[in-house]
Amino acid sequence: MSKAHVYKRDHINTDEIIPARYLNTDDAKELAVHCMEDLDAGFIEKCAAGDVVVAGDDFGCGSSREHAVWAIQGAQVGAIIAQSFARIFYRNCINCGFYVVELPGAIEKINDGDEIEIDYEKGVIENKTQGTKLEFKALPDFAIEIINNGGLLKHISRK
Amino acid sequence: MPMNMTEKILAKAAGKDAVCAGDLISAEIDVIMCHDVTTPPAISMLKENGIDKVFDPERIVVTPDHFQPAKDIKSAELHKRLDKWAREKKIKHYYPIGKAGVCHALLPEQGHIRPGEVIVGGDSHTCTYGAFGAFSTGIGSTDLAAAIATGQLWFKVPESMKFVLNGTLPPGVYSKDVILAVIARIGTDGALYRAMEFTGSALGDMTMEARMTVTNMAIEAGAKNGIIGFDETTKQYLDEHLKDKTEYTVYDSDAEAEYVAVKEFDCSKLEPMVALPHLPSGGVPIGECSGKEMDQAYIGSCTNGRIEDLRIAAKIMQGKAVAIRTIVVPATPEIWKQMMDEGLGSIFYEAGCVVSAPTCGACLGGFMGILASDEKCVSTTNRNFVGRMGSPKSEVYLASPATAAASAIEGKLTDPRKFM
Ligand code: SF4
Repeated sequence: MSKAHVYKRDHINTDEIIPARYLNTDDAKELAVHCMEDLDAGFIEKCAAGDVVVAGDDFGCGSSREHAVWAIQGAQVGAIIAQSFARIFYRNCINCGFYVVELPGAIEKINDGDEIEIDYEKGVIENKTQGTKLEFKALPDFAIEIINNGGLLKHISRK
Repeated sequence: MPMNMTEKILAKAAGKDAVCAGDLISAEIDVIMCHDVTTPPAISMLKENGIDKVFDPERIVVTPDHFQPAKDIKSAELHKRLDKWAREKKIKHYYPIGKAGVCHALLPEQGHIRPGEVIVGGDSHTCTYGAFGAFSTGIGSTDLAAAIATGQLWFKVPESMKFVLNGTLPPGVYSKDVILAVIARIGTDGALYRAMEFTGSALGDMTMEARMTVTNMAIEAGAKNGIIGFDETTKQYLDEHLKDKTEYTVYDSDAEAEYVAVKEFDCSKLEPMVALPHLPSGGVPIGECSGKEMDQAYIGSCTNGRIEDLRIAAKIMQGKAVAIRTIVVPATPEIWKQMMDEGLGSIFYEAGCVVSAPTCGACLGGFMGILASDEKCVSTTNRNFVGRMGSPKSEVYLASPATAAASAIEGKLTDPRKFM
């Protein structure tokens, strides 16, 4: 089970997720220390392994820096649930073997601190705190296959 | 089946007769752009996965730009990794420091962009190259690694939106004002996952430099790509700049092609625009924000660091002095030289500006002009997110080179028409 950290905001961008002043490294552990720093300086302290970030529309807009995904992965975030995602960020997540869940109305349906469980292949989120089941459109099979293979490069080197 | 330009290019790249929006395709890549932030991680990933292959060393263009010249030890290490790889793999078009420039200004200038091709780059503003009638989009490091190794990537064919830019731009109003007005109308996710196709008389009047400012900011509306049809202006630019290979295929949108939306703009009525913090969609006419005091002006970047932009700024600054810190960054060495040859460098010097070497620098809050807390900067760049140019407590106001130059002189947001 994972705890939800809800940001009731749209357009959370890659500059907020990992500011450019830290882009002089590509080490996920180093990046993780600054994950979400310009949005919520206390994030890394309160995020436990497997926790989930929930946000509004257009999550991950801005730069193509995959460092944003690495910082989130380095911080051991389990998944991101957003009402919608920016294109390059969304693609980068799948390529890095990281789950993204598109859930309309996410910030109304999940409260900060709720305990949730996600079935990615079936497309169901169980909100244990509220006792609700939230359905979402599961990723296409090929994307799930990339994620299960550990990302795009592992996926193509297996072929 | 009628198709638009984006669909035609993707169909060709996928080896199909036709594609439509929503199709998943595997496309052959013509050109890959690599820079110093996103490419070194891609190189490491390739190594870790035991992939040694580069699909074609002649179709990869490499330039350090974000932190060049190296701003600190860590970025020097990135440059070292990039340099070693480019030499090892015998990358034909490698632009080391001295030749290096801001990627999206450098590639067209050096003749690497051709109509009808599929171009990807490890940078979100790769959509800039769509000004030449190419399909061009930004990707992350993993996609970049896959593209470098295989020369192919999967894409979902985007839905297209058409933007008709009618009328003629009034004096003091530039292509930057047009794109800020477009994004202000549709929002930062107004074209999410879609292609933005631009057309219309105001666009036809624009130089290639000015058109690149428009497609550069397509990503700021969430778009996958921005695209502009081929005309005499495109042809002339290509005749002057293409080096290796001059043949290319031109695709036009069919008259009955499908668009999910068509938006018309009367450019004759536009005013100089300023995008207020903290979103590129925060554009308002200068009249609604003039007088706001600034601490810095920044003229440069892949949006507005080309020679035409520097000429516009210099014309306003000639014989005057700036009232605030003003940083001018020619985007490539060629632009830098042209600026000096045309005497613009002296105008900037005499006005009290500092002129830097080509770099992305402060555009992304890297170095060479970082903002302190509570500082405000009027900038010709493309993003004004929280902390984009420095302190998370600073503010960035996006504007044209003319508005930035006029504001530099007055020390506050100023209508450039005052100086015309
Ligand atoms: S100039 Fe700015 S926006 Fe353009 S590529 Fe460099 S950092 Fe990105």
